[in-house]
Amino acid sequence: MTSRSRTPGNPGHRRRARRAGGEPATGQLDTRHYPGVGSAARLAFAFLYAPLVVVVVYSFNSGPLVSRWEGLSLAWYREVLERDDVRDAVWVSLRVAVAASGAGTVLAMLAALGIVAMLRRGSTLAVGFLSTPLLIPEIVTAVGTLSFFVLLDLERGMTTLVLAHTAFCIPFALLPIRARLAELDPAVFEAASDLGASGLRLFRRVTLPLLVPGIVSGGLLAFIISLDDYLISAFVAGPTSTTLPIFLFGLIRRGASPLINAVSTLLLAVTVAVLLASYLTSRWRRGR
Amino acid sequence: MRVGTRWLASPALIFVAFMVGGPMAVVVWYSFKTRGPSGVGVGDGLTTDAYERLVAAEDFAGNVGFDPTYLDVMWSSILLAAATMLVALAVGFPAAVWISNRPRHLQPVLILAVTIPFWTSMLVRTYAWIVILRDTGPLASVFDAVGIDAPQMLNTRGATLIGMAYTFLPFMILPIYAAAERFDHRTAEAGLDLGATPAVVLRRIVWPSVRPGVVAGCLLVFVPAIGAFLQPELLGGGRSLMIANLIQQQFGASRNWPFGSALAILLLVVVGVVLVVARRAARGAELVLS
Repeated sequence: MTSRSRTPGNPGHRRRARRAGGEPATGQLDTRHYPGVGSAARLAFAFLYAPLVVVVVYSFNSGPLVSRWEGLSLAWYREVLERDDVRDAVWVSLRVAVAASGAGTVLAMLAALGIVAMLRRGSTLAVGFLSTPLLIPEIVTAVGTLSFFVLLDLERGMTTLVLAHTAFCIPFALLPIRARLAELDPAVFEAASDLGASGLRLFRRVTLPLLVPGIVSGGLLAFIISLDDYLISAFVAGPTSTTLPIFLFGLIRRGASPLINAVSTLLLAVTVAVLLASYLTSRWRRGR
Repeated sequence: MRVGTRWLASPALIFVAFMVGGPMAVVVWYSFKTRGPSGVGVGDGLTTDAYERLVAAEDFAGNVGFDPTYLDVMWSSILLAAATMLVALAVGFPAAVWISNRPRHLQPVLILAVTIPFWTSMLVRTYAWIVILRDTGPLASVFDAVGIDAPQMLNTRGATLIGMAYTFLPFMILPIYAAAERFDHRTAEAGLDLGATPAVVLRRIVWPSVRPGVVAGCLLVFVPAIGAFLQPELLGGGRSLMIANLIQQQFGASRNWPFGSALAILLLVVVGVVLVVARRAARGAELVLS
């Protein structure tokens, strides 16, 4: 096959493949020259999803052993619903995630508007600075934040959790909001200000409605990041503010319980639902 | 476009300065303190004990000499991160190039499929490997079915490596895809049509275009992998003490906050050095990710 396709006169199969894919500009390479690529890629996808599938499947296992299949059952979900400690952890996680992603998104939105008004150099610096929570190893942030709160004599609990989470929510919320802002036509704002809108009124009637898709998308991403955080939370949470990941880690540490599978599956389901919502919001903004 | 003034950025900048600058300053400060009376927090005195402990130890006779125990932990974390990067590259590169070569309307869906595991809880994803690798797990039953005694899989360095490569794989795929997606595959086809072998096309035409993506991906995997905590903790058992776990221990069971802070500084310096060395690469990364 390789020798055939080297003949300049006979690349027809490639052209057809390209047209079938509806591909106008960049063209597709016939990966038949690289026979392993397709299967390697499929293996990579299997690698990405197999572990998640295993957890989800075993969460419906009726048996008391984590990894021996004994039949289909919702027993572990019933236990999740009945257990107070699970419910408390879910409640703490939700409150922290709503507060931190909310605060982080508001700060990120203001920052995005401020950054647009900056000169190029200043905006690069500001974006880089707001992204530092992503560059610092999480364990360093965790122990540093704990030490900081101890030094400030802040009691560990909901407040410290929300403060710590807000810091890493900002860069995640900032990205989609800035992207949305970059998509907007500057003429809209010029027109609005020519028509006499300014200050708060311009923001409320023009800027905010136009930014909504970016804000929603960014807020949702910040929400999942906060919901899923373990390490920083473990250091700054108090004894009565156990988040779901901290609770889950404790269960895993104590050894096998199929309850872990059920809780993990619920956490996965929430993440995927929120993620799809965020994805659809960003698609919707492009569709318009 | 003027929709506000640059002062609007100040609340976020002040907040991040407070919540990042504060903790980092305290880590530096605490690393020069004496141990706290009960092991929690720090004492009043100033000392460089924590840093001396990083490189030296006292033997039974009371002689202080060079002791690489803790530097070895740092070094093995770097090696593990490098191995993670290589595994992720081997798995991620073909996947990213393959996605970039799918019909255009399929690509966003495939990329979403790569992103979903990236956003799901790292704890859950790490835990999933406990289920798979434990000796009563599905992989062990596969060994059983074939009639081979399943080797010890959980609580090994291999388990840590698999878990880490798994966790960080999307970081590798996404930037390589971003670079490969801009690549005009017709140039590769032209190369093939003009008689170049697939290997030559890969090296001379495809590689120069996707290289910035590969560099970015390697950096995005390597840097967070150095400070990984959950995978060594849950999958490695006692066999793989990595720097993040050592730091966590100092603030937990070992109750030595100053030493933990010094280790945190060491990790921060290593990450900083990696980022500075890769600064040119990072510039390429920004180009790809923007």
